[in-house]
Amino acid sequence: MSFQSQSSAPISQSATVDAMGNPLPALSGYDSGNFFDELVSSDNVARVDASMLVHLINQMGVAELGRRQTAIERALYRMGITFTVYGDNQGTEKIMPFDVVPRIVSANLWQRIDAGLQQRIRALNRFLDDIYNERNIIRDGVIPADLIDSATAYLPQCKGLKPPNGVWCHITGTDLVRDNSGNVFVLEDNLRCPSGVSYVLQNRHVMKRNFPEVFGASRVRPVADYPARLYSMLKAVAPSGITDPMVALLTPGVFNSAYYEHSFLAQQMGIELVEGRDLTVENEKVYMRTTAGLQQVHVIYRRVDDTFIDPEVFNPDSLLGVAGLMKAYQAGNVTLANAPGTGVADDKVIYAFVPNMIKYYLGEEMILPNVSTYLCSRDEDREYVLNHLDELVVKAAAESGGYGILIGPHASEKERGEFADNIRKNPRNWIAQPTLQLSRVPTIVDGQMEGRHVDLRPYILCSSPDDVWVLPGGLTRVALRKGSLVVNSSQGGGSKDTWVAADDGQPTAST
Amino acid sequence: MLSRVAESIYWMSRQVERAENHARFLEVTLHMILDQPENMVDPWEPLVRVTGDNEWYEEHYATIDAHSVVTFLAFDLNYHSSMLTCLRAARENAKSVRESLSTEVFEELNDFYHFVNDSTAAQLTDPTAEFFDQVRKHALMWTGIIDSTMTHDLRWHFLNVGRLLERADKTSRILDVKYFNLLPRLEDVGTVVDELQWSELLAAISGFEAYRREHQVISVKKVIEFFLFHPEFPRSIRSCVAGADWSLRQIEKTSCTHTLRDAPKQVAALRHRLAHTSVKEVIAGGMHEFIDMIQVELNAASASLHQDYFNSPVNA
Repeated sequence: MSFQSQSSAPISQSATVDAMGNPLPALSGYDSGNFFDELVSSDNVARVDASMLVHLINQMGVAELGRRQTAIERALYRMGITFTVYGDNQGTEKIMPFDVVPRIVSANLWQRIDAGLQQRIRALNRFLDDIYNERNIIRDGVIPADLIDSATAYLPQCKGLKPPNGVWCHITGTDLVRDNSGNVFVLEDNLRCPSGVSYVLQNRHVMKRNFPEVFGASRVRPVADYPARLYSMLKAVAPSGITDPMVALLTPGVFNSAYYEHSFLAQQMGIELVEGRDLTVENEKVYMRTTAGLQQVHVIYRRVDDTFIDPEVFNPDSLLGVAGLMKAYQAGNVTLANAPGTGVADDKVIYAFVPNMIKYYLGEEMILPNVSTYLCSRDEDREYVLNHLDELVVKAAAESGGYGILIGPHASEKERGEFADNIRKNPRNWIAQPTLQLSRVPTIVDGQMEGRHVDLRPYILCSSPDDVWVLPGGLTRVALRKGSLVVNSSQGGGSKDTWVAADDGQPTAST
Repeated sequence: MLSRVAESIYWMSRQVERAENHARFLEVTLHMILDQPENMVDPWEPLVRVTGDNEWYEEHYATIDAHSVVTFLAFDLNYHSSMLTCLRAARENAKSVRESLSTEVFEELNDFYHFVNDSTAAQLTDPTAEFFDQVRKHALMWTGIIDSTMTHDLRWHFLNVGRLLERADKTSRILDVKYFNLLPRLEDVGTVVDELQWSELLAAISGFEAYRREHQVISVKKVIEFFLFHPEFPRSIRSCVAGADWSLRQIEKTSCTHTLRDAPKQVAALRHRLAHTSVKEVIAGGMHEFIDMIQVELNAASASLHQDYFNSPVNA
């Protein structure tokens, strides 16, 4: 079969056996370098809640781990979770790279992450409801109006909207990172159509099948109930008076890079997966075209970007949306999750104000800190950024997915010059942050264990301010290229299963 | 169910059935040439004719021989109905309705496609009946998984209509071409070669043993009757049409309109005709003409499905 393995070289036996030919512990000789390693301390001692896993990795040996990794890659290929290699008409397909060594999060740390994310989503939803309605936060001088109104993702068409329960952002995928000391920071709030949760579920599925003994022995919290939770959340935000809502997932279609996820989630929830052409609006109500006529839809989990959902209101050329959808939404006949207009709150300039929002709306101190951020629209910040481009990470305020980024220390003189010009031309559009030395996790590279940088994207569901739920786990993305800090799959990133250790009394994945 | 989903499921099912039938044609032919004295009958030319796409073939291939015909029917991605083209299209359709299929159904189709795609190079050099037998087994496995892992609801009925209309069409084509090919050689009637040819014909629809159990002796009329009118054998035209008729009636039960739509009407009429025609009448009127009539009606029913369910202007 034309199965593509991610390992570029065969698993080397020589480096992993002793003089007698017995396998050496997989982590012997592992060098965590000058980085914070998630699995072991600098002297290779297992971290809290990781000792069982470290023991099993050592017992198993790298060759056996590599063999199981190949089995998992084959399973992912069989499951059809693949992308076609661009420009290849032989039908060569590849899976998203997957690394078999899980990333573990201690029960203690997770407790803080969980509380911090809940707090953040409450504040962000209050913020969205406020700026599209009363705008108290502006009147009270916490955030300048011009920063909001100039955000690309701010949609004036959403002024005056009142989504059910005051929730704008139902599904969030927040990007977290840890620095050299292991401190957790929020790097980005993804409030539009965050993707990747299907990989969390499928990574766990294949890991459980290939490492049953590990799950039996470890106390890993389960992730399998995500689709059920997602469905209950969507049902809970139906227009008022609808007790048995018809819920559908709106996808841009089979050519979208996240299409697999859309169909997977629809299948797991047992709801219809619809495209724009399957829907029609009549009398401000949304219907889908079925073999037995039109059928009304009440809740749409939409995975189509804001500006494409309704050609009457936004991009008139969009073929992905439904004409009249916004009118139906404004009339309260359909709920959109997430609401249109949420992107303004994950604009990288607005991001810098989230700690102020938490204080303003909730009267609380933030639990999970932001990465300190320089706003190039401020004169003194801009001067600092322009003078320290070789130390900073510069990001376009409205971009995501690893695009529009300059990693100063890794960039060429020419690239830094181009970014400096862009910053001077349109300061509002740029922010900068110190270059974090992201934490690392042991990863199989050419038959050896080597540290690779990771981030973590947990997923949060919210149906009302009193119902915020954080999936105990998340997508650990790993930069497979040596030294790379860019984890995006479009740029050579892979993923790992993420194990959140259970506290006493919490259910585990093996039960 | 969504009209778009119904349409994709219907075509996915037809495409896999078409791929399976092409594998059956090739398997039987590759097997038959081993037993056949040289220069008796050209076994490859009828396989091109069976598709009805002879003109396309002549434009793209210089000769009719084993290599060209295997390429054409099995692996030619420029030909819209080759086995590989069908499987690729079926998998794309399956991807677009993956949420409506059981995981097992999708995964088997995915395996099936990769198996054929990855075997292309080797089979183009040295085609084997064994390979096409494996293809048939994949198809049977897929069919079994569909029937035993999916609820027999609307989705399954559209799938069933797709596979049975396609199967009826292919059964009619293989009979048509072989009949045309076999009958003119009257000097062979009753000889070992003749018996072999008709046996292979039955084998192509997995009907050899079933036929023997009922008739023991090969008789042209009985074979034709078996192909056209057997009420219970699952690949006979009559039983395919009866199955499609039944599924369409189940689909109609969920409809909110009260008038019967075109496709169910047409299929019911064809079923009635097949149940009340004898082999004698078929031969008297010309078998090719009879088969032609069947194919025209099957095509008309398929066109009506689009009108009735897939693109219909519907009201709330």
